[in-house]
Amino acid sequence: MADLRCEIAGVKAPNPFWLASAPPTDKEYNVVRAFKAGWGGVVWKTLGEDPPVVNTSSRYGALHYRGYRMMGFNNIELISDRPLEVNLQEIKRVKRDWPDRALLVSLMVPCTEDSWKRILKRVEETEADGVELNFGCPHGMSERGMGSAVGQVPEYIEMVVRWCKAATRMPVFVKLTPNVTNILAPARAAKAGGADAVSLINTINSVMGVDLDTMAPLPSVHGKGAHGGYCGPAVKPIALCMVGEIARDPECRGLPISGIGGIETWRDAAEFIAMGAGSVQVCTAAMHYGFKIVEDMITGLSNWMDSKGYRTLDDFRGAAVPNYVDWGQLDMNYVVKARIDQDKCIRCGLCHIACEDTSHQSIRKIKENGKRRYEVIEEECVGCNLCAHVCPVEGCITMVEVETGLPYVTWAEDPRNPQRLAKAAE
Amino acid sequence: MAEAPDVRAGRLSPAEYERNFADAHPPLTAQQAMVEAVRCLFCHDAPCIEACPTGIDIPRFIRGIQSGNLKGAAETILEANVMGGTCARVCPTDVLCEGACVRLAEGKKPVEIGALQRHAVDWLFERGIQPFTRGPITGERIAVVGAGPAGLACAHALARLGHEVVIFEKRAKAGGLNEYGIAAYKMVHDFAQREVDFILGIGGIELRTGIELGRDVTLGELRRDFAAVFLGLGLQGVHALGVEGERLAGVQDAVAFIERLRQTRDLSTIPVGRQIVVIGGGNTAVDVAVQSKRLGAETVTIVYRRGPEAMSATPAEQEWAKSNGVAIRHWARPVAIEGVDGHVRAVVFERTPLDGAGRLEGTGERFTLPADQVFKAIGQKLVPSAFNGTAELLDVENGKIVVDAERRTTLDRVWAGGDCIAASVDLTVAAVEDGKLAAASIHRYLMGG
Ligand SMILES: Cc1cc2nc3c(=O)[nH]c(=O)nc-3n(C[C@H](O)[C@H](O)[C@H](O)COP(=O)(O)OP(=O)(O)OC[C@H]3O[C@@H](n4cnc5c(N)ncnc54)[C@H](O)[C@@H]3O)c2cc1C
Ligand SMILES: Cc1cc2nc3c(=O)[nH]c(=O)nc-3n(C[C@H](O)[C@H](O)[C@H](O)COP(=O)(O)O)c2cc1C
Ligand code: SF4
Repeated sequence: MADLRCEIAGVKAPNPFWLASAPPTDKEYNVVRAFKAGWGGVVWKTLGEDPPVVNTSSRYGALHYRGYRMMGFNNIELISDRPLEVNLQEIKRVKRDWPDRALLVSLMVPCTEDSWKRILKRVEETEADGVELNFGCPHGMSERGMGSAVGQVPEYIEMVVRWCKAATRMPVFVKLTPNVTNILAPARAAKAGGADAVSLINTINSVMGVDLDTMAPLPSVHGKGAHGGYCGPAVKPIALCMVGEIARDPECRGLPISGIGGIETWRDAAEFIAMGAGSVQVCTAAMHYGFKIVEDMITGLSNWMDSKGYRTLDDFRGAAVPNYVDWGQLDMNYVVKARIDQDKCIRCGLCHIACEDTSHQSIRKIKENGKRRYEVIEEECVGCNLCAHVCPVEGCITMVEVETGLPYVTWAEDPRNPQRLAKAAE
Repeated sequence: MAEAPDVRAGRLSPAEYERNFADAHPPLTAQQAMVEAVRCLFCHDAPCIEACPTGIDIPRFIRGIQSGNLKGAAETILEANVMGGTCARVCPTDVLCEGACVRLAEGKKPVEIGALQRHAVDWLFERGIQPFTRGPITGERIAVVGAGPAGLACAHALARLGHEVVIFEKRAKAGGLNEYGIAAYKMVHDFAQREVDFILGIGGIELRTGIELGRDVTLGELRRDFAAVFLGLGLQGVHALGVEGERLAGVQDAVAFIERLRQTRDLSTIPVGRQIVVIGGGNTAVDVAVQSKRLGAETVTIVYRRGPEAMSATPAEQEWAKSNGVAIRHWARPVAIEGVDGHVRAVVFERTPLDGAGRLEGTGERFTLPADQVFKAIGQKLVPSAFNGTAELLDVENGKIVVDAERRTTLDRVWAGGDCIAASVDLTVAAVEDGKLAAASIHRYLMGG
């Protein structure tokens, strides 16, 4: 059994599977159940100043796709709606009872140094392992000048992180919003301010749909809808990209990352870790299936690591980062072609019509004595992968590498690049 | 064998009758339909479309179910097959659309196309929506003989094109075998009549029941009074077994028995034997066997002269018979029917293996099955009386009317389709397609195309 222990910015946990700051970590009751189920850590639901916020009734929206429930999920909830003191007492008890688990406390207060100082002092008394500054929440709180309203302005991030670092000895994680054009600006600002780690992503601005009878955006509250935060399996690709951007950025080098966004299985987690994350955080998957999912996450990750010969998370952490490059560093001489396994083909014709109507007209439809057959025209195939993606049969269409004998050539070096000639002439 | 024959009505309790003749395949719920619709891969040039005799664009209507466009789904179906509601209930989908589903090639269950089709059409019927309108009135009048699937489909298509249609039907109700022949548990809640009403609802179709071609009107008169004539006569005659004892009481024509069953208001008035033998290998054999079992018969045995592959009842129907407790015996033909006091008591069979040339061989080896009731289900034939009083004759081959690809007979301005034509496969869906093709051909002819 592989060693799943993780340490990120000095915070230790028996495994990298943490619950993200959200309803699953709202109170002692849930958190204790989560720790009993095996979660390695939690980030407590975001605390603010009293009086606590008040939430709307009707809070979540979901994107169901072709019978699959909750491919995407969204919410218009605010931060913890319980009194600060109640939360702090529970946090203290939980940390005392579960000393081996990571317990971070998420915070969001108005943008003044005093506010941050006050709350940090009180959190320190709970003996929690650290804090996570919520600069990510995209709805509601941002209208009050908090959350993503701060997270979208790098200068504010740097300033608040600096205040917090000066005010506490606890490790400071900064949770980033994806609702920015370039994730590196806030990440670099956090680093400049002295952050010990970043957590990402928070949710994405979204409207889940429109009720065509009432003409209300979803989720709707009494006929009106506000944009909410999008999360769940659908956002994982966006999150992975942002994590990778930070992991490979020379300016952010060494900045630990807690990866969040659409993580549901050990495989998702392994991908985030390979992309540089030190721990992962989960919300939607737990809200969908309950805390038990962590059991398979733990054994699955461990079995996969065993099969690969990885003993610790560090053995593969960041292993994909050197391979995450700009388009300009890709090999222009690499060639793949679609290959259809005729024995597996069920003759649905989807590869043909996809390529015929929208790609490169490279899959021929043949009808021989009443039977259909689909064949790749190798010379025409550009290796876009579309047919392999639309094919409903696992392993029927594979993209096979063609040996060209040509060297690795980037676009900058490619003879077909007109700028290359210009450059050579210089 | 000395016992008196046991043929009785009222073998079951009212609750048992009700249960036995309820919908054999209850409709899908909205949720089930959605789950099933999601299984469709939306094949390009889908093989299921080719396998449907009426060429319904199946992936398209399934997409409609999936997107919540039930009206569009139903219209896609009815556009190609105005009897999509009946076909969804009665088509042997295992050898038609579902038999072509690519999911089978994947080693999975085919998409339940029939059940989805029913879901969409039922949705439209429940809301009383009439999706069809008539084209500009042409003033042309066409006679349709027979209000079965072929005749109704033809009449509907002609009415849509703006023609006036008069249907002559010898029975009291329209619907043909949908009303008189199909198994009761496939067509519950008077579906056949609801569908007839829907079809006539387009307007421009006058239905004259109780009028029989050859008795009340002649083909010559119809050709004189109408611009074109379509014959959808079905098959009204029954083949004889040609064995000794065929006239004994209790030896019955399966189709007539089913007709009585379909028309009664009270199933407990239908007499049924304790031990039943059915002779034949098609739909009708399976239907009479299962329905008599469900009326309370103790043993029901279908005896067919060839093997299971040769039966025109599909594998799914044979399975349905077996799962209803009907025994199927192959490779035997009746050689005599024995009776006591003028009533059947047993059937004597001879085993019939194939000879070297693939013909049935009489072996002389015999066995006897006891029977209180014997149903003959060895096929129907055209009755020549329909053509009484007609001077010009149309060509008939093996007792069925000869037509070309457009369903034109050899007689000018006369078209035919459904079970009565030589190329017929004896399925509702095929009869509908015949009616459709004939209507298109008649329209082309009338419009000078
Ligand atoms: C017992 C049984 C079960 C069946 N089950 C199925 C099934 O499950 N699925 C399936 O697809 N198919 C089934 N079939 C076959 C299907 O019912 C027929 O293929 C279909 O009904 C043929 O349609 P049609 O219009 O040609 O003839 P019919 O349905 O027979 O209609 C002919 C109409 O013409 C009328 N008529 C006949 N002669 C005259 C005349 N001289 N003057 C005026 N009117 C006349 C008749 O009264 C009748 O209404 C079954 C058939 C039988 C007998
Ligand atoms: C393969 C591919 C290439 C695309 N190329 C472009 C592009 O060149 N310019 C552009 O404005 N959008 C491009 N898009 C984005 C689409 O126009 C569209 O905005 C996006 O796919 C979202 O729509 P959809 O997911 O509903 O299809 C591309 C999308 C795909 C899938
Ligand atoms: S990879 Fe793209 S271009 Fe090549 S055959 Fe497939 S769909 Fe066509």
